[in-house]
Amino acid sequence: MVQLRLPKNSRVQRGEHHPAPAGATKVKTFKVYRYDPEGTENPRWDTYDVDVDACGPMVLDVLIHIKNTVDPTLSFRRSCREGVCGSCAMNIGGRNTLACTHGHDEVPGAQCQIAPLPHMPVIKDLVPDMTMFYAQYASIEPWLHTTTPEPQTEWLQTPEDRSKIDGLYECILCACCSTSCPSYWWNGEKYLGPAALLQSYRWLVDSRDEATGDRLDDLEDPFKLYRCHTIMNCAQVCPKGLNPAKAIGEIKKMLVDRVV
Amino acid sequence: MASYRTPLGRARGLGAAKHGVGEWISERVTAVALVPLVLWGVFAVLRLAGADYAGAVAWLTASPLNPTLMVLLVVVSFLHMHGGMRVVIEDYIEKTLSRTGLLLLNLFVCALAGTLAVFSILKVALGGAL
Repeated sequence: MVQLRLPKNSRVQRGEHHPAPAGATKVKTFKVYRYDPEGTENPRWDTYDVDVDACGPMVLDVLIHIKNTVDPTLSFRRSCREGVCGSCAMNIGGRNTLACTHGHDEVPGAQCQIAPLPHMPVIKDLVPDMTMFYAQYASIEPWLHTTTPEPQTEWLQTPEDRSKIDGLYECILCACCSTSCPSYWWNGEKYLGPAALLQSYRWLVDSRDEATGDRLDDLEDPFKLYRCHTIMNCAQVCPKGLNPAKAIGEIKKMLVDRVV
Repeated sequence: MASYRTPLGRARGLGAAKHGVGEWISERVTAVALVPLVLWGVFAVLRLAGADYAGAVAWLTASPLNPTLMVLLVVVSFLHMHGGMRVVIEDYIEKTLSRTGLLLLNLFVCALAGTLAVFSILKVALGGAL
């Protein structure tokens, strides 16, 4: 049966409270998941009262502010700070998104909860282990497959064919979609997840690729593909506004086209 | 570390089963077929609401169409039910043994109940009142 309750040593406990500095003008509380793999303690929720007038508008700005001025032990990934790299994907206010493009004022209420991406092994605090996610992406062989000898110049493509990969190639592999998907939670080892399947479709629909049939062969599986039950969390949370559920639907249509 | 298996090796696992589209089509075809069949079934139940046993038997044996549709309704319903339950079991049951056990149970219960229902309809339709 699916495990509905966390194991005893994973249950999240109440942590430390860091009050706002004296003279703070606009205080908002941030409840942050903390876990130290080197200690023996359970994960905990630390709360930080932050003067949001003293830091930038995004949740990432708040986290950097906390790390710089309040608690240097807080760990999180970040890089581009503009929604291009996908490093700072996390669960903010109960919803997977990028900390760098999500304003702290977009989270309603006086408290904002920040947790790592759901159902992933946690390395430390807000840093999840993405190994399997990347391996699943690699398993769909996300590069051009051709048998025809390479042309002297580029592989040509009409503007119409090129437009078919719009809405697919923009994926930044932040994993917001896959880790919001209940099917991926329950069968993450066997189900490829929305991110890998969106990329699969990006290569299936590319007019220059010659391995469409082989790619479909490798996807036709009750678990790798058909665990998608169009729950649509993926499309709801994608910070780039892409629609993995639609791409998966298109893959299912291609498989039907092959037999009907 | 529990294993030295590479992440790609784990992600590829045992490879693709190369089936799944048949089940996917069957889910949809049975669903579409059930729309008119269930409407007909509701109509039949309403029609027979006031009738006694003899009246129901008379209705069922009046033409070949009624028992045919009744058998189709039952067969397609059990096929659809079996497919739906299988997806639920595959989704939520993780341990191989209990998953296999429940999948078998699902198949046997659906097959038994479906066959029993079909046989009962045929018995009444072909042999008249019990």
